[in-house]
Amino acid sequence: MDKPIRVLIAKAGLDGHDRGAKVIAQSLRDAGMEVIYTGLRQTPEKIAEAAIQEDVQVVGISSLSGAHMHLFPPVAELLKEKGASDILVIGGGVIPESDIPYLKEAGITEIFTSGTSTKDIISFIREHVN
Amino acid sequence: MYDKKKLEDIKQAKGEWEDKFVNKTLKRFPERKEEFETDSGIPVNRVYTPEDLEDFDYQKDLGFPGEYPYTRGVQPTMYRGRFWTMRQYAGFGSSEETNKRFKYLLDQGQTGLSVAFDLPTQIGYDSDHSLARGEVGKVGVAIDSLKDMELLFDGIPLDKVSTSMTINSPAAVILAMYIAVAEQQGIAPDKLSGTIQNDILKEYVARGTYIFPPEPSMRLITDIFGYCAKNVPNWNTISISGYHIREAGATAAQEIAFTLANGIAYVQAAVDAGLNVDEFAPRLSFFFNAHLNFFEEVSKFRVARRIWAKLMKERFGAKSDKSLKLRFHTQTAGVTLTAQQPDVNVMRVAFQALSAVLGGTQSLHTNSKDEALALPSEQAVLIALRTQQVIAHEIGVTETVDPLAGSYYVEKLTNDLETLVWQYIDNIDKLGGSTKSIEKGFMQKEIQESAYQYLQQIESEEKIVVGVNKYRMKEGIPADLLKVDPAVMERQSKKLEQLQKERDPKQVAETLQKLRDVAQSNENLMPYIIDSVKAYATLGEICDILREVFGEYQQQVVI
Repeated sequence: MDKPIRVLIAKAGLDGHDRGAKVIAQSLRDAGMEVIYTGLRQTPEKIAEAAIQEDVQVVGISSLSGAHMHLFPPVAELLKEKGASDILVIGGGVIPESDIPYLKEAGITEIFTSGTSTKDIISFIREHVN
Repeated sequence: MYDKKKLEDIKQAKGEWEDKFVNKTLKRFPERKEEFETDSGIPVNRVYTPEDLEDFDYQKDLGFPGEYPYTRGVQPTMYRGRFWTMRQYAGFGSSEETNKRFKYLLDQGQTGLSVAFDLPTQIGYDSDHSLARGEVGKVGVAIDSLKDMELLFDGIPLDKVSTSMTINSPAAVILAMYIAVAEQQGIAPDKLSGTIQNDILKEYVARGTYIFPPEPSMRLITDIFGYCAKNVPNWNTISISGYHIREAGATAAQEIAFTLANGIAYVQAAVDAGLNVDEFAPRLSFFFNAHLNFFEEVSKFRVARRIWAKLMKERFGAKSDKSLKLRFHTQTAGVTLTAQQPDVNVMRVAFQALSAVLGGTQSLHTNSKDEALALPSEQAVLIALRTQQVIAHEIGVTETVDPLAGSYYVEKLTNDLETLVWQYIDNIDKLGGSTKSIEKGFMQKEIQESAYQYLQQIESEEKIVVGVNKYRMKEGIPADLLKVDPAVMERQSKKLEQLQKERDPKQVAETLQKLRDVAQSNENLMPYIIDSVKAYATLGEICDILREVFGEYQQQVVI
């Protein structure tokens, strides 16, 4: 059997809305992945560091406070700097459609907004890892 | 309420009806589901009759409005006298921008203010702090010092409006600033009315803007109770909140149970600090969520009042009627808003608001249709406010008090919810109370399980969300979303630099030193926080002193 996919789910910034992050973490776990959840108030530096230390293949960042433009891109950047650009970075939260092109350009491969089915997220991860 | 003979007759008639009509219909048209239930998992029967209220005792279970146990409402005439306060939560960018939005809302007939603070303010960081990156002015207004607070309420007479402020860990600091602004306007503290949220326990469980560990946090809260009882007697010193617990995934029963359990913890802490229950309990207020399951929500508000009255009377021996009355604010459920077909949210909000009104709320915030996409635009806020005005003036639901009382279904649901809530309260008591049960992750785990179950029901299409898992359609990119000016962080930082130059550094240092000393003693902190604020010490500086003395809370990660 293949080794399970390892995922880090991270709450970026000061936002306390963790319902989404937690149910995604639980769904990925139920889908057979190994999931590490960081808890609240993570800086981009801490997230990138944890991703490397935990040797994950995927980082999922969540923010519902509108700080995504400041907090998501540095994670991808820092991973690149540390030679870990193979880690898939995805994001979720309250993110206006108009911000998505910028985030994708900055290295966030996909943005999942409110109402996305977890099945779609699971198959996206499976397709993009390996 | 019904005599035995009558109930027997009804039982028999129901049996006959089932034989004669129901079974025949079921053979031809089976029901949509095998079993029906509410969001809290309470079974819902095909039909309700007096049989379901066999032991119902009108005077004991309901009483009259304004009368113990207040199931029917806290005032005898409710909305026949005065409507609920229409209070839209607002705040973004700088205090100047938010001041403009406040004035707009007041011009449109809003009757109270509700301030949203940005996350750095809520967590006690100034706008130039490195952790404030990207968050300044985003989910609310940025307040760094008394200067910002002066601008926020510029031209708004604080003796004429009531102001609710969603602030928890630094509640004492923000209240101190409010008192100071009022003083500048020539208004004495005893003329002020409003609310601070000041509910730390639910921050640990569900909302996340904690700073200090539970013990010093409870001390700050009881200091506020004590100070306000003497100096700001019309201020609601806490808004014990189920709203965020529900948003995090709790069911209706869990929302009420965990909120009331937190309420018990605050009352106990204040009593332990030597306060007389009837001195502070009349100023406790509550904050609930209005979700989608209509009748369960109405029943939830009614049962919350009934249980709190019993708790205050029986457990804490409160004597004053005012101590027994659960007064509450309601906000419609943000989590039910969809990013897909956002116009449909107007309907969701209207039904939720109606449930709060039928449940006897004292004030109400209706969400804006675009909140799953961004902060609400002015036009979306206007529709949300108009929704309340339609409910108040046009549809006749405000002409009589507690119109759903006596509905077999609503009374049965009210009773069933009460049973569930008491079970939870007993469990929490056994765990050693709210704070202990939070430290053990009990509430978090319960909420997490409910949240996951809710998601699974949507994904399996057992629950339908219009526009999300059914009736989908292709949509364009929504226009007219509000964007917060990204320069607000820079502007706030400049203001801070300016402040450093203008204020008296000696006075700042002295008041902060005094604050540090008092934090290490048992003396009430409020007067010293007020002194620091008036010396233009910043929110971040004051919170840093308290962090130094109290330490910081480390989150329990439960998943």
